[in-house]
Amino acid sequence: MLTPLIKKSLPPLLVLFFIMGIHYFITYEVLDPTRRFLLPPPHSIIYEGFFIPKHRDEILRGLFLTTRVSFIGLGIAFLIGFSTALLMSQAKWIERSLYPWAVFTQTVPILALVPIIGFWFGFDMLARIIVVVIISIFPIIINTLTGLNGASKNLHDLLTLHNASRWTRATKLMIPYALPDMFTGLRTSAGLAIIGSIVGDFFFGRGSPGLGMLLKVYGSRLRTEELLSSTFVACLLGVTVFWSFSYLGRKLVGHWSESWSA
Amino acid sequence: MTEKIITFENVSKSFGSITALENVNISVDHGEFMALVGPSGCGKSTILRIASGLDSPSSGSIDTTTKKVGYVFQDSTLMPWRTVRKNVELFAELEFIDREVIKKKADDIIELVGLQDFTDHYPIALSGGMKMRASLARSLVLEPELFLFDEPFGALDLITRGRLNVELMQLYNSKKFTSLFVTHSVEEALFLSSRVLVFSGRPGTIKGEFKIPFKYPRDTEIRYTSEFAELSGDVGRILEKFS
Repeated sequence: MLTPLIKKSLPPLLVLFFIMGIHYFITYEVLDPTRRFLLPPPHSIIYEGFFIPKHRDEILRGLFLTTRVSFIGLGIAFLIGFSTALLMSQAKWIERSLYPWAVFTQTVPILALVPIIGFWFGFDMLARIIVVVIISIFPIIINTLTGLNGASKNLHDLLTLHNASRWTRATKLMIPYALPDMFTGLRTSAGLAIIGSIVGDFFFGRGSPGLGMLLKVYGSRLRTEELLSSTFVACLLGVTVFWSFSYLGRKLVGHWSESWSA
Repeated sequence: MTEKIITFENVSKSFGSITALENVNISVDHGEFMALVGPSGCGKSTILRIASGLDSPSSGSIDTTTKKVGYVFQDSTLMPWRTVRKNVELFAELEFIDREVIKKKADDIIELVGLQDFTDHYPIALSGGMKMRASLARSLVLEPELFLFDEPFGALDLITRGRLNVELMQLYNSKKFTSLFVTHSVEEALFLSSRVLVFSGRPGTIKGEFKIPFKYPRDTEIRYTSEFAELSGDVGRILEKFS
């Protein structure tokens, strides 16, 4: 008999085995032995990355730093994004004034901006956090705003009939209504935050080395095993964060929201 | 002379170049159940919005003697993050009524509409009919003197709709709140109300008025009497002519 957990994790595991099969095939059958360094077999990637203490410590430390920058940045992006959305929801003219600039954060070529941010704010934590905020704030603003504006006209009318203040309208209707969309935004932004901190790291190339810097160092030294294992760790971090926010969303609004109920 | 709860005098309403209502005169007596029947877009909902104070007439005047207005929409407009109880308590909460008083009241009303087994359920778990009962309960908590119904049962299946008609009729019979009830259904209007106003299509004007003679509480059987059928025919003919 299969427990639900096994039932759920079996299909993606099968895909993993399939991909690993292709991986082994390419390493041993396609690549010439002299060129095998281009794609080392999975077991040596795992061995070099996670069983050699020096590499493992480097990667774990990078993971920690990347996670820290991502979360601080995401937290700040949430505070700014939520406040901005709330402000925008209070009057059409505020929404019209701010909307294009919110889109701007999404379309700005972040790679071009990274060096300037470095010049202005140095190459440490602060600059990395700023990159994370810029890259992750848009989905939070847009999704929260959609939610805040989503409550039906009838419900608004009912509050009007009972002389609800702006504050009451926001706290009793608009914000609770926006929660499911807000979590959707946060979930998207969390993934972007990690990408942001890795991109920042990669291009600053100085200061405290997170995963991005490791990728750069391993890449320049043609250390394919460590490069791939730290890439894998970065992906894993993204998946974990995405999954955590899904879980959080289901826990907090899943009992009443159609879109978050399991 | 009976007290008038609300009076419309030569009320017209236009939105831009569209005239929704033209020269509407209505006066609703205290405790009267008035139904407004008419084709879609004839401005019946606008009448309710004006009656509630959410909208004001473009010309003409209205006069109300009560501020205690209940408003029920076709959509139950429950807050999905609140349980049935918390939804029912909402309006009392907005009016800053004492917590203990609210609780007691909500309990009574929830029982009155037959939702006592669903008090702590969220709307997501309720059927359409139950949501509508909760929506009615929410308005009943404040004991409105004027109840505005905007096609409250329009989205329900016929069986549920018939059942809720009976329940609403019984509620009205025991509480005698003054009502303005907008509907497309002639049968519903005749079964519930003591007076029916028939509206033409846009711009909405009153084309007919019927006193409904059946005594409250009404038996469902009246729907199958010849008197009911005759009235229904009279209303239907006017609707057909002016829609």
